[in-house]
Amino acid sequence: MEPILELKKINYAYHNMEGETKALSDISFSVDKGEFIAIVGPSGCGKSTLLSIISGLIEPECGLIRLNGKYIRESTTNIGYMLQHDHLFEWRSVYHNVILGLEIQHILNARTKQKAHELLETYGLGRFANAKPSELSGGMRQRAALVRTLVLEPDILLLDEPFSALDYQTRLTVGDDIGQILRKEHKTAILVTHDLSEAISLADRILVLSKRPATIQKVVPVIFDLPDDTPLQRRNAPEFKSYFNLIWKELNENA
Amino acid sequence: MHEVSAGQQQFLSNRRKHKRIVCVSRTAILLSFLFLWEFSANTGLIDSFIFSSPSKIALCFWEMVLDKSIFLHVGITLYETILSFLFVIFISIVLAILLWMSNKLSEILDPYLVVLNSLPKSALAPLLIVWLGANQTTIIVAGMSVAVFGSILNLYTAFTQVDREKIKLVYTLHGTRFHALSKVVLPSSIPAIISTMKVNIGLCLVGVIIGEFLAAREGLGYLIIYSSQVFKMDWLLMSIVLLCIMAMGLYALINLMEKLYAKYL
Repeated sequence: MEPILELKKINYAYHNMEGETKALSDISFSVDKGEFIAIVGPSGCGKSTLLSIISGLIEPECGLIRLNGKYIRESTTNIGYMLQHDHLFEWRSVYHNVILGLEIQHILNARTKQKAHELLETYGLGRFANAKPSELSGGMRQRAALVRTLVLEPDILLLDEPFSALDYQTRLTVGDDIGQILRKEHKTAILVTHDLSEAISLADRILVLSKRPATIQKVVPVIFDLPDDTPLQRRNAPEFKSYFNLIWKELNENA
Repeated sequence: MHEVSAGQQQFLSNRRKHKRIVCVSRTAILLSFLFLWEFSANTGLIDSFIFSSPSKIALCFWEMVLDKSIFLHVGITLYETILSFLFVIFISIVLAILLWMSNKLSEILDPYLVVLNSLPKSALAPLLIVWLGANQTTIIVAGMSVAVFGSILNLYTAFTQVDREKIKLVYTLHGTRFHALSKVVLPSSIPAIISTMKVNIGLCLVGVIIGEFLAAREGLGYLIIYSSQVFKMDWLLMSIVLLCIMAMGLYALINLMEKLYAKYL
């Protein structure tokens, strides 16, 4: 099967008057449909830059990206991007925040409106459709942000530390929540995080990046033999610790 | 109804006391000032020909109400101020958007805007008369000239201070720069626009009065200049009082708008 996303020898550098900072160096990997990839690495190593490149927000200096076999410019593959903060707009109700992407892409119609309401209902926000974002808890806000992304029916979901702004308890529940949602919908997802246990509890495969300029240092397939493979179950499984130690060692070796 | 605790009651009564003191003191200052003025004018402590007196001002106002001339002057000044204010708001929003749209343009124009903003605008009024003639256009343009440059700079600054991540969000939803403007920058700048309006309404009034000093046959500015030339101090002081009231009223109007916005956000 053709991979849904393919990166070949991606290079990127930031420029300013003092000189250039190489951020990414020869990054190549591919992602299959339905796969959940986590990218971990030391902070400031260019993880977020990588997501921005995949989403087409910035262009790599060299290297190529293919989505479903097509170059990014010609591709019709829909990419959803979830940022670190929910960025719900206080001047819009929860529902109107959720349909922001539909508005921008001019696909706001009866069907998509219906879909938005259904998703809000599914993720326990039905009662809050007309509330202001400030009336929601941190976890609910993050779920609303997820609905805003999912309502556009993305083929690939990019998650840029989407739980890091939450407190620990909310973080575990929302992580568990969103992980299950994505698995249930068979979404392809790429999660950037510096929380190792989050990566292990969610991903099928973990890419460990080296410090700047980032290269792929190691690829760790994550396989849990669990009847009920949820993020919280994973955290309790014996393999969890060995994966943690393995990746921890990788990260510290090059630090 | 909840039982209010003693501590809360104490707090509330302290608040009320504080408010009462502020309110009473404000009124007392105004009344004692008026009383002192009236008293010293009547007893000859000050020359009422030069300093006038509250009763003379009130009488003068009443006379002008009776012959209806005051409505003309107040109306004209109000009309010119509001018109120039609306132009300022419109022009500065449009220009701030253009500057925000193009980094190059904003960097190129920056020194010009700064110079024009710091220039004393009253210096422009005689120039405007020569160029535009001694008419209402000149007065309205004079009103605009005082406010417009600062307003552009303020709004542009507000636009650039919008959270970059929120703009990034629009791009991640496959929006364009136009979407960033219409969905994020403008809605989140509404408080800044309103506070700029608060400053501008006062500045427009200043500009209009300067314009009327030089190029008018009616309006409060004209009345002030004319009465100072013919030494009718009652007229002059009455015009100033009316200007105070007008400035307060216009400001209160925008304040009301802000409150409505906050309520129905």
